[in-house]
Amino acid sequence: MLNQLVFENLKHRPLRTLLSAAAIAIEVAMILTLVGLSDGTLDESKRMRRGIGADIVVRPGSTSVMSFSGVTLPEKLVEYFQQQPDVEIATGSAAHGIPGGLMESASGVDLAKFSTMSDGLRFLSGGPFQAPKDIIVDERYARTKQLGVGSTLKLWDKNWNVCGVVEPGKLSRVFLPLPVVQELASAPGKLSQIYIKLKDPSRTDAVVKALKDNPQLGSYQVLSIDELASLFSIDGFPALRQFISVVIGLGVVVGFLVVLLSMYTAVLERTREIGILKSLGASPAYIMGILMRETLILSITGAVAGIVLSLVTQWTMNTFGGSALVQKMVPHWWPYTTLLAIAGALLGTLYPAMKAVRHDALEALSYD
Amino acid sequence: MPDTPPIIQVRDLRKVYQSGDVPVEALRGVSLDVRRGEFLAVVGPSGSGKSTLFHVLSGLTPATAGSVTIDGIGIAQLDEAGRTALRKDKVGIVFQKYNLLPTLTAEENIAIARHISGKDIAWGPAFQEVLKALGIENRLHHKPRAMSGGEQQRVAIARAIVNNPAILLADEPTGNLDTQNSEIVLSLLRELNQKTGQTILMITHNPEAAAYANRTIRMRDGLIAG
Ligand SMILES: Nc1ncnc2c1ncn2[C@@H]1O[C@H](COP(=O)(O)OP(=O)(O)OP(=O)(O)O)[C@@H](O)[C@H]1O
Ligand SMILES: [Mg+2]
Repeated sequence: MLNQLVFENLKHRPLRTLLSAAAIAIEVAMILTLVGLSDGTLDESKRMRRGIGADIVVRPGSTSVMSFSGVTLPEKLVEYFQQQPDVEIATGSAAHGIPGGLMESASGVDLAKFSTMSDGLRFLSGGPFQAPKDIIVDERYARTKQLGVGSTLKLWDKNWNVCGVVEPGKLSRVFLPLPVVQELASAPGKLSQIYIKLKDPSRTDAVVKALKDNPQLGSYQVLSIDELASLFSIDGFPALRQFISVVIGLGVVVGFLVVLLSMYTAVLERTREIGILKSLGASPAYIMGILMRETLILSITGAVAGIVLSLVTQWTMNTFGGSALVQKMVPHWWPYTTLLAIAGALLGTLYPAMKAVRHDALEALSYD
Repeated sequence: MPDTPPIIQVRDLRKVYQSGDVPVEALRGVSLDVRRGEFLAVVGPSGSGKSTLFHVLSGLTPATAGSVTIDGIGIAQLDEAGRTALRKDKVGIVFQKYNLLPTLTAEENIAIARHISGKDIAWGPAFQEVLKALGIENRLHHKPRAMSGGEQQRVAIARAIVNNPAILLADEPTGNLDTQNSEIVLSLLRELNQKTGQTILMITHNPEAAAYANRTIRMRDGLIAG
């Protein structure tokens, strides 16, 4: 019975219904897109770090995981690590930021050693560096920049020749020979990170501890690959987490305000009808129930539309967006976001509903 | 039936409206008994307090002083929630404006009154007979705007009595109707009173309408004048 009334009310003002639901859909899609982007991008970074095949990573002392700018590790450290009895192979990379790319950088590697460590870069087309201006990109980078073997890629005002396209997931999306990057970064003989693969990976923790305790290495950061990967979670980025919270908060506030406005006008418009219900003996709870039901339908419809919308943004992002950001589906956030949207909308209905309930029945009945 | 207690008992009822600085005494000590099964008409000139009496009896506004008992319940002591509950169970009301919910069909308008009172929304065969007598049983699936004023008022009457109230209160129920439709509605009220014993208190300023009732009382200046 009530559903009939609520449904007729929603149908009576289709544009208002549509706009309110759309506002909630955008709220939900905004949250899911942001969470999907941060989770997806962090996951991808994590996967890339693990893809290196190293057990231990050594980094300059004071850099954050997302910055690759510090090309400060002396290259001779690689030899030092290589001589340690536990170490099977050690190699370094230098990173140089790509202008205009969001947190993207090109990695200079010793291709032979890096390939041994990471089980080989898998070439989808082309092959290793041949000429001085050769560059290797991963499939995702190639796709977004529409590159293939033989195409020219302009970076740092230089033209590079794409000599190979590799499977994504290993350290970086763009590879150059180590000396080339060292020159670009004006840091000859320096590295940004050193990767160590052990003969026996189960000794990782022991070796990390030994290296950390070595006073000569005191100014460097020594991390097991698991420690490094764990930095690529939301816990490693308090600022990002705060940013997400702020956006979620804003989304909920927008949903709240739109529903507040929409239900406020609905209640005003239906003053007389609410008076009629009161004249039939409807209690405040009964009238509240009708309005809350209406909001519930609006917000659930809006949330479902928002989830669908977030899948659309995901597809758009991953098809047309840059290679640096990866949006993933976050189904475990769906119920949470839906509940948030519903809670915000119900809260927005509270004031109009109170107003409706408090309005004098006689006055309401003489309202036109 | 002098032994059975009156279904409505009003004693020295006063109602003062405080509009602006000047208090308006709309009811100045009304006393009135309505017996069970009676069809009573209340007439009087404009501003004599008829509607005010209707609003107090239906619990839409509180009394200022005096006592009102409806079917054993003293309503002067009730708070707003209590007065609202009164309309759900004891008092059915019909207005001059039909006051149907525009988005619902006639049937749904009647059903929602049952729903509000917590009853199963489907009614029994006895009420179906009432709908037949009211001549709206074939109009049930129409929305108010597709019905004539007379039909809408008959739906409103059906809605007012669907919960078997102790009393049906009507304020100028034919005020918006033409002569022909007024006669239909008034005959129906009389028939309803005679066949089902429904107690009715009808307010009107039209003596012809009052003639359909068993008894007529006159109001003047907030008092019963006879
Ligand atoms: N809400 C109100 N606020 C202030 N004064 C009111 C209010 N309602 C009614 N009155 C006054 O109370 C008096 C009685 O009004 P009431 O509506 O009861 O008369 P009535 O007999 O129904 O008249 P009519 O035949 O015109 O409907 C009038 O003087 C009116 O102005
Ligand atoms: Mg009146």
